[in-house]
Amino acid sequence: MARNKEGLVLLIDVSPSMHSVLPEIQKVCSLLIQKKLVYSKYDEVGVVVFGTEDTENDLTNEVGGYEHVTVLQPIKVVDGDLVDVVQRLPLGTASGDFMDAIVVGMDLLIKKFQETIKGKKRICLITNAMYPIKDPYEGTKEDQVYTLAEQMAVHGMKIECIIYRGNQKRDPHEDNIIEENDKLLNIFSKKTKAKAVHVESSTSLLGALRTRNVTPVTIYRGDLEISSAFKIKVWVYKKTAEERFPSLKKYSDKAPSTDKFATHEIKLDYEYKSVQDQSKVVPPEQRIKGYRYGPQVIPISSAELEAVKFRPEKSVKLLGFTNASNVMRHYYMKDVNIFIADPGNKKAIIALSALARTMKEMNKVAILRCVWRQGQANVVIGVLTPNVSEKDNIADSFYFNVLPFAEDIREFQFPSFNSLPASLQPNAEQQEAADKLVMMLDLAPAGKEESLQPEFTPNPVLERFYHHLELKSKHPDAAVPPLDESLKRITEPDREVISTNKLVIDEFRRHFELKENPKLKKSTRRLLKDKTSGSYENQSTDLIASTSEVKIETLGDLTAVSDFEAMISRRDSPEWVSKAIYAMKNKILDLVENSFEGDNYPKALECLIALRRGCVIEQEPKQFNNFLSHINRFCQEANLSSFCEFLASKDVTYITKTEAKDSEIEDQDARSLFVKPEPKS
Amino acid sequence: MQGVHGYRLRSDAVFRLELTPTTSSPLAIDISESTEMRIQRLISENPVIIFSRSGCCMCHVMKRLFSSLGVHPTVIELEEDEIDALSESQNDGGGEEETVAPAVFIGGARVGGLEGLVGLHLSGHLVPRLVEVGVLAFCQSLIPRPLGLMDMDPDDVFRDDEDDNENDLYQDRQSGKELVVFLVDASPKMFNITCPGEDQENASHFHVAVSCIAQSIKVQIINRPYDEVAICFFNTREKKNLQDLNGVYVFNVAEREYLDGLTARFIKEFDSVEESFSKVIGSEYGIVPGSRDNSLYNAIWVAQALLRKGSAKTADKRILLFTNEDDPFGRIKGVTKLDMTRTTLQRAKDAQDLGITIELLPLSSPNEEFNVSSFYADLIGLDGDELAQFMPLAGERLEDMNKQLRKRMFKKRKVRRISFLIAGGLSIELNTYALIRPTVPGKVTWLDSVTNLPLKSERSFICADTGAIVKEPVKRFQTYKNEDIIFTLDELSEIKRVSTGHLRLLGFKPLSCLKDYHNLKPPLFVFPSDEEVMGSTCIFIALHRSMIRLKRFAVAFYGSSSRPQLVGLVAQEEIIDGGGQVEPPGMHMIYLPYSDDIRPIEELHMDASGVPVATDDQIQKAAALVKRVDLKDFSVCQFSNPALQSHYALVQAMALDEDEMPEIADETLPDEEGMTRPGIARALEEFKICVYGENYDEEEDKKGHGKAGTKRKQLTDEAVSKGAYYDWGKLADDGKLKDLTVQQLKYYLTANNLTVAGKKEALISRILTHLGK
Repeated sequence: MARNKEGLVLLIDVSPSMHSVLPEIQKVCSLLIQKKLVYSKYDEVGVVVFGTEDTENDLTNEVGGYEHVTVLQPIKVVDGDLVDVVQRLPLGTASGDFMDAIVVGMDLLIKKFQETIKGKKRICLITNAMYPIKDPYEGTKEDQVYTLAEQMAVHGMKIECIIYRGNQKRDPHEDNIIEENDKLLNIFSKKTKAKAVHVESSTSLLGALRTRNVTPVTIYRGDLEISSAFKIKVWVYKKTAEERFPSLKKYSDKAPSTDKFATHEIKLDYEYKSVQDQSKVVPPEQRIKGYRYGPQVIPISSAELEAVKFRPEKSVKLLGFTNASNVMRHYYMKDVNIFIADPGNKKAIIALSALARTMKEMNKVAILRCVWRQGQANVVIGVLTPNVSEKDNIADSFYFNVLPFAEDIREFQFPSFNSLPASLQPNAEQQEAADKLVMMLDLAPAGKEESLQPEFTPNPVLERFYHHLELKSKHPDAAVPPLDESLKRITEPDREVISTNKLVIDEFRRHFELKENPKLKKSTRRLLKDKTSGSYENQSTDLIASTSEVKIETLGDLTAVSDFEAMISRRDSPEWVSKAIYAMKNKILDLVENSFEGDNYPKALECLIALRRGCVIEQEPKQFNNFLSHINRFCQEANLSSFCEFLASKDVTYITKTEAKDSEIEDQDARSLFVKPEPKS
Repeated sequence: MQGVHGYRLRSDAVFRLELTPTTSSPLAIDISESTEMRIQRLISENPVIIFSRSGCCMCHVMKRLFSSLGVHPTVIELEEDEIDALSESQNDGGGEEETVAPAVFIGGARVGGLEGLVGLHLSGHLVPRLVEVGVLAFCQSLIPRPLGLMDMDPDDVFRDDEDDNENDLYQDRQSGKELVVFLVDASPKMFNITCPGEDQENASHFHVAVSCIAQSIKVQIINRPYDEVAICFFNTREKKNLQDLNGVYVFNVAEREYLDGLTARFIKEFDSVEESFSKVIGSEYGIVPGSRDNSLYNAIWVAQALLRKGSAKTADKRILLFTNEDDPFGRIKGVTKLDMTRTTLQRAKDAQDLGITIELLPLSSPNEEFNVSSFYADLIGLDGDELAQFMPLAGERLEDMNKQLRKRMFKKRKVRRISFLIAGGLSIELNTYALIRPTVPGKVTWLDSVTNLPLKSERSFICADTGAIVKEPVKRFQTYKNEDIIFTLDELSEIKRVSTGHLRLLGFKPLSCLKDYHNLKPPLFVFPSDEEVMGSTCIFIALHRSMIRLKRFAVAFYGSSSRPQLVGLVAQEEIIDGGGQVEPPGMHMIYLPYSDDIRPIEELHMDASGVPVATDDQIQKAAALVKRVDLKDFSVCQFSNPALQSHYALVQAMALDEDEMPEIADETLPDEEGMTRPGIARALEEFKICVYGENYDEEEDKKGHGKAGTKRKQLTDEAVSKGAYYDWGKLADDGKLKDLTVQQLKYYLTANNLTVAGKKEALISRILTHLGK
């Protein structure tokens, strides 16, 4: 625990130009501290803000200077208060000097830890580096940075700079400053263990700071055997590993509330009982493993299993090189490992570097057989792909992906797209619309930050969980918080992208037609969302929000048509279609019946047309056709034939077979209603 | 007709409700019931039931008619006094003067006697009626499903709740069992040597079919042990089937029904079926001019009768037909041909009406292509578009043919159907498939080692504070800031619901943005479907083509309930090789990591003073090596998993009681021999010298041994000196070893070159053994 203790100082720029993203910074910082509270509660954290009106730090008292830098929280073991501190960052008024802040942060770390926890001291700077830093008393700014970097290296400190660049307009003067600052910050990454990342959106700001610090452990150290006579010393780490949802414990409320020391935990107990005699518990030593083989279950003792178990030697062997195109991307099976040369072995670094560079050049990959540990009961076949480093202080390495064995593949045959009938093939215009969509709905536009880059995309579920955890720690009954805006950009299309590409999307929609398969029963229709009201606004509200929408259940007098449309397209129950149709029919009959010298006819016609449209969409032609016949009969009986004439003059026809498959009316009979009074339906 | 068979009057007659062998417990009679009630109950309980006098010939005819349809009716033989009761229960039928017995009831309604039944059949209403009453569902209730035998793997105990969903994905969901009848054409034509196989050996189509089946059942017995299989040859000399039809031979072994779960013995004997085939079964054309025999008709009949068991709802029923004859009735002329074609098609249609799918695996040879449309298109129900999509197997080599057969033999199982929201309200329908998933040794069933009977595991929850047994708790907690923060399961699932459960398009990126390390688990394959939303396929194809042409992939959010995730959709073009599909067209859904899932390992060993980089010369030497050691035909899934194979071999050997374990070749070892070939050896040596200089081996030795060696030596020295403080013999004799610390015990072990692993007791006993005590 304490062995891996980390000392961290957060340096946060709170000057006016940062105010817009402070909420995100507060979120990401509190997430970081919350995760520490859960996973590494011995870590110590300090918080420094700069760009504040006031000044409060040791250095200003000791040597003067360092204005507008405030130590909000001296380094201390993480606790709940720290979360509150980072959630209430002050809004600064001055321009921040990040170099001063770095010095203050280093000072805090050195004073607190001196020579201990070497390599576990970290400074995390979040700034937009928009303001110029002050000139030092002696030498140049560069010299100053070099000195600082050396000091950091001596004390075993790491620095991480997150530079936020919103897409606001800047004048050229500012550009110069930014350029200079970037150059200065880059010196750190050359001289010491430092990393600088630039982010442009608030979403990637949330993902830019690593909130969970897992100490990397090698899964293999040893030889990469190119042949039995030629071996390269390598270390293998995990490159990706899924950060799990915290494994919560099961809660028992059985303990009396007075018991202060109750653990509330629940233990699990497994008992194995004989199938015949349920009361008989079989002790573990009397159990034997059985494997199914057809109808039989074959008992195999662990001794037998041990005796014949496949037990390869620990080794990593090269099987050969092959063209990169022979290994397709979708064969990658698992999380990814990384092969680096033994960091102390210069020759190994060169050997890997030569291989990586040549493989990249030739577009080759290497196939390996790996047994990571002695005693491991299986082998792994995988592919090495070169990762040529662009920085001269980072060595070349390889990524390793596990490939499937013959048994892991299920080969299904799928129809070839080219052999599908022409009706399922897109035509030239449709293809063009699709091309445009694929080009224009661009997440990695030239000259701008690639959005949703996995490296900068936070896990929305975990963000939400920790947010809720914090809320609950204050109010146990707190409701699950909604997903906030920056996180919604991960789960939903970016509104900005959608609105700038409205034309392209509209065109795409126009070119393709979707309809429900009329052969299906209504109860199974569920996939097609209400396309009649598929505007962009509706699209971007997701289900969570849409539950609060007003539900239309009856037809109003003035808004009958729109109410009917809303009702018939409700998808929460299949009954709404018939309910809507029924209500509409009554409405029309009412209108016709209560009409005085045809004053309601236009209104009734409007409703009738809406009903017809609805019935075509929902593929309910009979409902409409029968009703039309009915109203015709009804009008003739009730001396309202003027309405029939009105309808005939307005060209209201039956729904025909071409419009809806279930209809029994042929195209030529569509108008038959007003020719002969009794149509065949 | 009534008087043909004499009534048997028995003075002591109480009841004699005999049961046919196919039925059992549901008909057990409760003595207190009256005869009428009992008959009523039987009628209502049995979808198809015949009441007859014992030994009645009409009843026999009716039974034959039913069994030809694949239905086995319940037959009750009644005594004379019971017949009266039967006639009473029929009175509501209008009271027409018809024979009372035999009488058939379908779905509780009286059909009548033989005439009534035949009338119904001739009018074409019998089969629909049988389907309607769910005769098959009835049979299913008679087959006890082996549930509750599979026990939880004890490793599951520590698994997260969250993993369960995911595991469902990996394990093929046991959505239902599969009943398969392999119908293999064994006509002499199948034995013609047609395709050149491996090792220049020529193989017949028959060999291809049989070896494919043999391979597939070996996989099936382990992965899907509940599936039931029958293998049936047609166009045979001998006959062996329940219906006693000519030209059909059902292959089987002892202690096994024709359609049954696979057994070790069955598999073993099927392996050698080819050797004894001509002797035992024999090949002979079953459809010849001048005879009315129709072996194909018979074969489908037999298969359908076998597949009678099990409900169509819970089991997939399939007939897989292997043949190389595209026109089975080609030798027949005239009306007979028409008649045979018609009846065979009708038979196939009846089978399909009962929920059986018939799949054709046509084998064609290079000089004679299998023409599906000449007969089989009608049989398997292909028309227009589907016909165009049906690809005959046209492998030129045996391996190709084998591979393609394998692809078709397994049923395509979709994981789920999802909707893909594209933009502006447009949403299409997709099916997802798991094409690549790690195969693991079958589940463990715990047995009682004394009786070898399966055990049932029971899980109980115990409150750690009170020791009380509690119900499965619905609350979870996380200790946070020294407090227990409680979450309900509803809250947890609400937290995870960040999006609707579907796939939502966010945009497109160039393929270069998808890095090699953007991976977490095997992808899902997506393929469009027009089943519910027509037009989906068209949109999908358009996007697919654009993405391939523009070299872009789609980024989407997949809101599954277990782990909602950002995914990349990579379009894959169809790849056809050797006449078969190697890669299906569609998109692969690649799960992308989040920022905290990616570890910045590269920066871990950053060296501010810069790291060495290979020189051009070194890179060139490496290039020469890469060129030399080239796996030209590497294909991703060419190796079988040695660990899995050796496990299977063990289980198989144990199942067959074989003493010897078959040797499993580890295909994954590198080609050591090839590496020593002069060209490769020279390239290796040059690269090595170029990087490491001449003294590579010495340097390695010195470094490797030197470092580890000195450290170990130091430790040993220290241990020897420290261990010398103690009088080990005396401590052991006095039983005082246990008073020492583990560290102290280890001095002795290290000094004497013993392992230091294990618990304290283990260490002590190891010392005692070493001391000889």
